[in-house]
Amino acid sequence: MNIHVLGGGPAGLYAALLLKKSHPDWEIEVTERNPRDATYGWGVVFSDRTLSGLHEADVRTSTQITDGFVLWEAIDVHFRDELVRCDGHAFAGIGRKKLLNILQERCVELGVSMRFETEVADPDELRQSCDLLIAADGVNSRTRATYAQTFQPSTTEGRARFVWYGTDKPFDAFTFIFRDTEYGLFTVHAYPFDATTSTFIVECHEATWRNAGLDRMDEAESMAYCQSLFSDHLGSHQLLSNRSLWLSFTTLKCRRWVHENVVLLGDAAHTAHFSIGSGTKLALEDSIALAQAFEQHDDLRAALRSYEQARRPRVEATQRAAAESQRYFENVRRYRTYEPIQFAFHLLTRSGRITFDNLRGRDPYFVADVERWYQTSANDKQPAIVPPPPLFAPLALRGITLPNRVVMSPPPTFDATDGVPDVTRADAMQRLASGGAGLVLTGPVAVSAQGRTTPGDAGIYTDAHRDCWSEIVEQMHEASPAIVGITLAHAGRRGSTRVRTTGLDRPLREGNWPLLAPSPIPYGPGSQVPTAMRCDDFAMVEQQYITATERAIAAGFDVLQIDMAHGGLLASFLSPLSNQREDDEGGDLLHRMRFPLRVLDAVRAVWPADRPLLVAIPATDWQRGGLRTTDGIEIAKAVYAHGCDLVTVHAGQTTPEAQPRYDFETLAGYADLIRNEAGVPTMSTAYMTTSNQANTLLAGGRCDLVLYSPRMGR
Amino acid sequence: MKLGIGLPNTVSGASGSDVLDWARMADVGPFASVGVFDRLVYDSLDPMMTLAAVAGTTQRVRLVTSVVIGPLRNPVVLAKEAATLDVLSGGRLTLGLALGARRDDYEAAGIDYADRGKKLDEQLRVLRDTWEDGRIGPAPVQPGGPELIVGGLDDAAFARASRYADGFIHNGGPPRIFARSVDKARAAWLDAGRPGQPQIWGMAYFALGEDEAKAGREYLLDYYAFTGPFAERIADGLLTTPQGIIQFIRGYAEAGCDHLILFPTNADLTQLERLSEVVGS
Repeated sequence: MNIHVLGGGPAGLYAALLLKKSHPDWEIEVTERNPRDATYGWGVVFSDRTLSGLHEADVRTSTQITDGFVLWEAIDVHFRDELVRCDGHAFAGIGRKKLLNILQERCVELGVSMRFETEVADPDELRQSCDLLIAADGVNSRTRATYAQTFQPSTTEGRARFVWYGTDKPFDAFTFIFRDTEYGLFTVHAYPFDATTSTFIVECHEATWRNAGLDRMDEAESMAYCQSLFSDHLGSHQLLSNRSLWLSFTTLKCRRWVHENVVLLGDAAHTAHFSIGSGTKLALEDSIALAQAFEQHDDLRAALRSYEQARRPRVEATQRAAAESQRYFENVRRYRTYEPIQFAFHLLTRSGRITFDNLRGRDPYFVADVERWYQTSANDKQPAIVPPPPLFAPLALRGITLPNRVVMSPPPTFDATDGVPDVTRADAMQRLASGGAGLVLTGPVAVSAQGRTTPGDAGIYTDAHRDCWSEIVEQMHEASPAIVGITLAHAGRRGSTRVRTTGLDRPLREGNWPLLAPSPIPYGPGSQVPTAMRCDDFAMVEQQYITATERAIAAGFDVLQIDMAHGGLLASFLSPLSNQREDDEGGDLLHRMRFPLRVLDAVRAVWPADRPLLVAIPATDWQRGGLRTTDGIEIAKAVYAHGCDLVTVHAGQTTPEAQPRYDFETLAGYADLIRNEAGVPTMSTAYMTTSNQANTLLAGGRCDLVLYSPRMGR
Repeated sequence: MKLGIGLPNTVSGASGSDVLDWARMADVGPFASVGVFDRLVYDSLDPMMTLAAVAGTTQRVRLVTSVVIGPLRNPVVLAKEAATLDVLSGGRLTLGLALGARRDDYEAAGIDYADRGKKLDEQLRVLRDTWEDGRIGPAPVQPGGPELIVGGLDDAAFARASRYADGFIHNGGPPRIFARSVDKARAAWLDAGRPGQPQIWGMAYFALGEDEAKAGREYLLDYYAFTGPFAERIADGLLTTPQGIIQFIRGYAEAGCDHLILFPTNADLTQLERLSEVVGS
């Protein structure tokens, strides 16, 4: 076989040497456009897992690489003039030039021929002259461009600017430095790669970059600026430039990596944000996978297919984590008021790959510090000597203290009669309280008969309902320390449907009642057309909420939640998809919020000042033309300003056409976004299956409460 | 977790008596159900017609379409067929529906491929309404109509299942992948405010014996050739040893599967016998 490798970077060289080693009779030639010793960037980082992969693939180079490595275990986070260190992370760094030298030597030893300073003008000509063309020609790959129709590359430009320096200061840890300036926040990612030199990347938001005038500075001026900005860390050491210019990070993905006898490797096929340090790691692992594919398949096409199949899921997983990490650094301003210990925890768990329990395994003392801090900040009293995990920290809201962060709600049953809850409801709620929930919330309780979703919904619109709830609350208070809350709801245009045992939003076969909504738009196909609310209706619904609140007080509830999510009446005012009014209650978001806020004001005025009030809001409609997360943030700010103490973050359900996401991360991300962008405490409704997930969210300040459902358990 | 076995209705060359004998054996064997696949442009037997015949030759097992490509069929006609099948089988039908992955099936049937998701939504709505309102008989034996499950890979499928159906059917894969889908199906169910839990169904292929495993692999590579390189991953998932089958069954049970159907890759009855031996105890 006759193989041509385009590009003499780590991917190309490593693939060449691995293939030559297994198949000494194959002709393998590497072409590189730059001189032998030219290289950009400074050092590269590997985890211990990558290292063992290298060892298995080729012991000779692996030994040399390992000898050339500096190893370290700590991550240092410098934030607000404090240092937080977390240990137990195995890292290894090596100079890029040194790595290339090792790979080049091994290529020579095995008989791979290498040509430097050689341009290949037409990859297609080269492809036809060999059996296999390995395109490892980097992020600006000419080969990829030549066969763009097959590879279908797509790129996303990052919103931050970064510059890649070296420094003669040896760091002893993977070091993050955050520096708040009058222009905005600067971040440094620094790590050692040999005994005397480190990589030093400076990153900031594009606006910060412009504000600081860096867009108008040349290479030397920029470096001088950074040198002075971080002089306290650099001391007498110097920043070093190697054509170090400000860039924005481009993430590259390709639909295919194989075209006929051409295969993409490394940066030519994919890139992943530098903040998880994975570019070279991915490149070398690509090479290993390609070599392995040729061990398993004699047929060229089958080998290439198998390479792509084996690598794609791994690469995509890394790209997902890298994208999370990138997003974190682009939005890190959001967390600038955090305490350093929580800031560090949030940073370490940013990509979703490292959790609370992972960190406990790596550095139990660090996690104990996090727990101690969390417990102390949650509770003004003397911190516990053995602090519990965040899940078990109390939370004070107004005059009420929840004993822990777990919120549960009984599953829906639709067994109420004329709004009177079935007696089994008391047992269901009781079980959750004795099962350890700090706050037990009822499911949606209708404020009027008209506001019920189905004839089986419970309500609180008669004195009989009040007495029934009163009994339930009293029983719960007697039997457990749990706090008990009620969720007030009005179904709006989702009302008058069959119980949900056979599906959602199916109108009753007979006995339908008329529906209220901001506009006469039915919820879905087959749904009843609601009546657009008029002046009297607003006063009537407001009064229903007030009366329901008075009954909730009389029934003894500790917490009250208003449901402004789930496509109900108040939710339908918020969304432009369902609110198309032309009066003061419709139009832009401010106007669409008017009626929901009027209800909130009315309830807050009646609900005791020492008891907390929650509001469930949609973070987004998950639908084109609907509410977006920026609206979700505004809604959270507004309800908070109107006396809500904590928002419960839901999403979707405004219409049946929404495109929901059911992974844990998405909803958890919304709770984080709203909490830290709007500055409002949040409850996450992410689909939690383990306490590890809950602790990771809480300790990172992504939410303050977690809604937990026993029905998610395996 | 209950265990079912697939009928060889999409195994090319399987004769009518092969399929009916297979169903009869399954009915006396340790299986809770028999499943059928649906492909239009392929040498295969129609799933609804197959189950109609099987309804007459079996007494006990549930009859499961896993799945029928919904949008290829007129919703009201399908509602009547399903109700009929439920009547003929004495209430043993589980109707699984999904979009299918083959464009050529849609083209051959003259059905627009682009809005197939919307079509399936509409169909699911019509099925329930037809079964319940009694204008178009027969009345199904199962109250409210045959058990209805929805398949698919993405969040839209979980949303659809929780909006209209009684549960979700996964298209196959190792237990670890399956478990992730179970979490999402449950999340969708919670989000929708449905009472109880969704019924979770899973499926896989088996071929017991050395030659049979080799042939089974070839069959899958051919049957799934339209998926490109993914066919290889499906073929790699073929269960070929008793140990592999037991481990797989346990993995699915632990991940929360309620009902797993194992499909053959050839119509030879000894396959059913061997599987019975493995799972019988």
